[in-house]
Amino acid sequence: PMVLRIAELTSFGAGASASTHQPSPAIQNHMLDSKFTQQELPACKPILTPKWVISVFLLVGVIFVPIGVASLLASNKVVEIVDRYDDACVPSNVTNKLAYIQNSTISKTCRRTLKVPKDMKQPIFVYYQLNNFYQNHRRYVKSRNDQQLRDASKANETTLCDPEKTRDGMAIVPCGLIAWSTFNDTYTFQHNTNNLSIDKTDISWKSDRDHKFGSDVFPKNFQKGPLIGGKTLNESIPLSEQEDLIVWMRTAALPTFRKLYGRIYVDLKENDTITVTLDNNYNTYSFDGKKSLVLSTSTWLGGKNDFLGLAYLTVGGLCFFLAFAFTLLYLIKPRKLGDNNYLSWNRNSAGH
Amino acid sequence: TKYSAVTFIPKSLFEQFRRVANIYFLVVACLSYTPIAPFRGATAVGPLVLVLLVTMVKEAIEDWRRKQQDIEVNNRKTKVFQDGAFRHTKWTKLRVGDVVKVEKDEFFPADLVLLSSSYDDAICYVETMNLDGETNLKLKQSLDVTSRLQDDDSFRGFGAVIRCEDPNANLYSFVGNIEIEEQQQQYPLSPQQLLLRDSKLRNTEYVYGVVVFTGHDTKVMQNATSAPSKRSKIEKKMDGAIYVLMSILVLISVIGSVVFGLATKHDLVDGRMKRWYLRPDNPDNIYDPNNPAVSAALHFFTAMILYGYFIPISLYVSIELVKLLQALFINSDIHMYHEESDTPAHARTSNLNEELGQVYTILTDKTGTLTCNSMEFIKCSIAGTAYGRGITEVEKAMAKRNGSPVISDFELGVEDFHQSEGRSAIKGFNFRDERVMDGNWVHQQHSGVIEMFFRLLAICHTCIPEVDEVTGKISYEAESPDEAAFVVAAHELGFTFYQRTQAGVYLHELDPSSGEQVDRFYKVLHVLEFSSARRRMSVIVKDEEGKTFIFSKGADSIMYERLSNSESTYSEATQKHINDYADAGLRTLVLAYRQLEEIEYAKFERKFTAAKNSVSADRDELIDEAADLIERDLILLGATAVEDKLQKGVPDCIDKLAKAGIKIWVLTGDKMETAINIGYACSLLRQGMKQITITLDTPDIIALEKGGDKGAINKASKVSVVQQINEGKKLINASGNESFALIIDGKSLTYALKDDTKAAFLDLAIACGSVICCRSSPKQKALVTRLVKTGTGKVTLAIGDGANDVGMIQEADIGVGISGAEGMQAVMASDVSIAQFRFLERLLLVHGHWCYSRISSMVCYFLYKNITFGVTLFLYESLSTFSGQTLYNDWSMSLYNVLFTSLPVIAMGVFDQDVSARFCLKVRSRYIGLKIN
Repeated sequence: PMVLRIAELTSFGAGASASTHQPSPAIQNHMLDSKFTQQELPACKPILTPKWVISVFLLVGVIFVPIGVASLLASNKVVEIVDRYDDACVPSNVTNKLAYIQNSTISKTCRRTLKVPKDMKQPIFVYYQLNNFYQNHRRYVKSRNDQQLRDASKANETTLCDPEKTRDGMAIVPCGLIAWSTFNDTYTFQHNTNNLSIDKTDISWKSDRDHKFGSDVFPKNFQKGPLIGGKTLNESIPLSEQEDLIVWMRTAALPTFRKLYGRIYVDLKENDTITVTLDNNYNTYSFDGKKSLVLSTSTWLGGKNDFLGLAYLTVGGLCFFLAFAFTLLYLIKPRKLGDNNYLSWNRNSAGH
Repeated sequence: TKYSAVTFIPKSLFEQFRRVANIYFLVVACLSYTPIAPFRGATAVGPLVLVLLVTMVKEAIEDWRRKQQDIEVNNRKTKVFQDGAFRHTKWTKLRVGDVVKVEKDEFFPADLVLLSSSYDDAICYVETMNLDGETNLKLKQSLDVTSRLQDDDSFRGFGAVIRCEDPNANLYSFVGNIEIEEQQQQYPLSPQQLLLRDSKLRNTEYVYGVVVFTGHDTKVMQNATSAPSKRSKIEKKMDGAIYVLMSILVLISVIGSVVFGLATKHDLVDGRMKRWYLRPDNPDNIYDPNNPAVSAALHFFTAMILYGYFIPISLYVSIELVKLLQALFINSDIHMYHEESDTPAHARTSNLNEELGQVYTILTDKTGTLTCNSMEFIKCSIAGTAYGRGITEVEKAMAKRNGSPVISDFELGVEDFHQSEGRSAIKGFNFRDERVMDGNWVHQQHSGVIEMFFRLLAICHTCIPEVDEVTGKISYEAESPDEAAFVVAAHELGFTFYQRTQAGVYLHELDPSSGEQVDRFYKVLHVLEFSSARRRMSVIVKDEEGKTFIFSKGADSIMYERLSNSESTYSEATQKHINDYADAGLRTLVLAYRQLEEIEYAKFERKFTAAKNSVSADRDELIDEAADLIERDLILLGATAVEDKLQKGVPDCIDKLAKAGIKIWVLTGDKMETAINIGYACSLLRQGMKQITITLDTPDIIALEKGGDKGAINKASKVSVVQQINEGKKLINASGNESFALIIDGKSLTYALKDDTKAAFLDLAIACGSVICCRSSPKQKALVTRLVKTGTGKVTLAIGDGANDVGMIQEADIGVGISGAEGMQAVMASDVSIAQFRFLERLLLVHGHWCYSRISSMVCYFLYKNITFGVTLFLYESLSTFSGQTLYNDWSMSLYNVLFTSLPVIAMGVFDQDVSARFCLKVRSRYIGLKIN
């Protein structure tokens, strides 16, 4: 049973105040004799008795463990295919991968075969995952100009876009390192022998499309420099419709991240094979990054995420353990409540 | 005031930037406008400006209030001689050399040289309570040459030149001379002619005086130490914590910079780009792989700004705010509201709230603080019978401590009695005994002795009666409140003293034989005045029948030696009563008389007159000798007991504070005997406590003083004081756990406070349970306070009510002023003002406790939340190669402290009560506990 001891339900009404003073008119003229100003508002201050502490721990445990179990189950229901292809897509006879990827004359088409481990219900999300890519570097994050992206009349606004500001004196649209380094690998899928269509619309945030990227802003002078970073943009399509760019420009917080590439609206059966034809264009070799393709279903919890469930389970379990430990301690070696002898200054004086 | 309109901005800014944190934030704000900053400039400057503004506005308001009070004083009016007439002028307009006219019961507006008064012999009476706390009147007399200037017109065409010393702080010395223009002759001036500012004219219709020092040159103001900016200990401690945090900050910034530098360096090795998406081939200063050291150095500053969350900018503001609200609560506490004088407690500077919870030593003034500054005639013993049923504060306190319900019932009875009689209103008289009141004494056994006793009370004094012409009521002006109490008592008991002339005194008396009231005249032949050496006073009178009497009153030890041996039937009983009275904290005096033979008187007369007229150095001795001759073989009448009325609840409060582990020192300008009496009365001294007295009233020192060799006096005095201190220490070391009380007088204090002796003195004083310093000047009070403050390093609180306490109030960590009494100087200099001493208990034990625990937990909470926030930033940095990218939005970061998370913390700081008020008062040892923490 739970016991909540209320130490101070300060009800002066019946006790001291009625007998000690009755405010005279003189007092009331100058001073407010309310419970608030006299700091006598009722207050509740729980005393941490052993029973009370044990019950709280038990309660927390009882609530947290089921939540943890449910989250873990949901996470386990997610079917995920992760295929790392950065090494595999470089021909085995190439020793200098960097030179290979930087050589634009070589065709870098690559074919990967994936096996579906379990039934996958549509929609299936297609992601690309990069490792060791610091999209959160300050130099990188800063290097964009939101005004330019939003407003056609601000096309020449390139402050903060260093070092991708201008090309031959002309402002680059979209300027900055982020846009310049947009991911440019492409994927096409075949389900068994049929082509599998991939829906690449609505992969970015709606607010980004509507408010942050202008529908009348078109790419200009983009990727015209000697050093080409990533994707080139079609200059006839407004930025608000360049969803790959929009997705990329919402920079990731951590050096390992996934970004949405598209959705597949087909149910996949267990043991189906999927053939992916991809263009391996993006350079992750110079900084030892990894590239992976991810296909994943989702549940009410989102994608695969064991951490949440584990965290709940750990905390819940810890609470159960503490409750148990305190119960034992309480049964074996109880202490009297409010024993002054344990107070530090009493102990000190006793010691001397 | 600390600030004026012009100096406010720079001065208060300077005050603000005395805080380490504010300087740091200023630097950050400057840097945040450069590209190094991890966030936009406005977001760093905004909060700083907000913080500074709030604090400065608060300072301005507090200072403005102080100024208002100053202006009030400056605008008081006085009469100044201008263009041939006296006109009302503001105090501020007074100039040196002005002739002013001060009327009865007015304060002197500046230091004046007395020219003449309403009396023919140009004397005047001055009350110096605001200066030294003494309540008796002091006599001042002008030079003969100026005494004839007795009306307004006589100043026309009057001219004189006064030369005097430079302004100094010594209240009791004045050197100068006056040269009257017509006479071309110089006359020396002495302290006898000096009227000090803040003292009050009494018993004199008016005086004329010349302004010699004004404003800050006056002796009082010279004694005032300048108001220091007080900072609370917690604030200083917090600075310490901030230094620690600062070093952590530097440490993690260095770590960050090194990692960042290395990562940057590796981004471009031999022309090969690693993280190509950062374009290391196209660098700037902040990110330069070719020059990683510079980048790392710059990054260091970025990191310093970024992790600034370790240093809580709004902590100071929040604390100020919390303290302000706490102060409001203190102000509105109804338990510290004094109904009679309609004054609530008032925390004037809210900086020091939590200090109230850490007080270690209380230094208190006596007059007006512990006592109400009024004496009450409460008991007497006549012919071996004790009369009077009043109960003193001390007895009440003792009864309470012993938990005796009998006395409290009795006390209630007495109070009912008061009300039914409707007499308790008479000031100075609290005597209740129907056996002798309302003329019933004639039926008592020793009615003759009683008659003589009352007559002595009515005659043996130096009071001046004042009859209110409208109501016929008589009020008395006395040199000391004791005497007033005696005369009032005599009046209440049927012996009304109503007129004093040069020749003698007039009484209404009750004639025991006829039972009717008769008027009698007693010719006063001689007054043998009271002095602290003689400790007695006598009056020789001749009654209407031609009989000559000597009436004496004095301390029991002195008087008993002078009683005649034959007459001692009730002397033992009287002695017992005297001891009882002393235990009850009363001041006792023994009364005795003798009828003189014609021959004996004639002999004395001759000798006394000769002594008085002698001009040699030993004149005083001769007088004493003559007096000694006649004050002999006296017949004991009885003893009186006067209560130096303590303020309500004082002994109880002192007892509780002492139980809470607070040491209490009394610093008073009073005589040693008075101080000791009060010590007993307010349970500061107890029976069984060993007293260590340090005094310079020893025979050899006095002998040396007669010699007048200053060097020798100084040397001998110092040796004597040091010796007494060492003896005291030995005594304490020798005894086990007895409690000691240290009593030291002002003269000794001068030597004890010298640099080389003060450490020893402090050691001794700390070892004693209670300390009483008597006869101390305002400056000494401040010095003692400073000694205790710096010597112990603990929080000291000084409490006082008069201008003489201002120094110590300002010097102490916390100054408390008693408001409601006359004179606002103490209150104006104080940090907290309360109406009565007893409120100190609640102020310290309840509010002090709360404020301290609130502020402490609030500071911890604050640091906790900021460090938590800072650590998340740091962890995130480790995931972004310490590039300085922030995890949160700029504004949400800068407002995190100032707005988002400050409210819960402030709420806790204002409202949290770890223990309720009742328990704070009950469990006083908590106070000790808190102090340790």
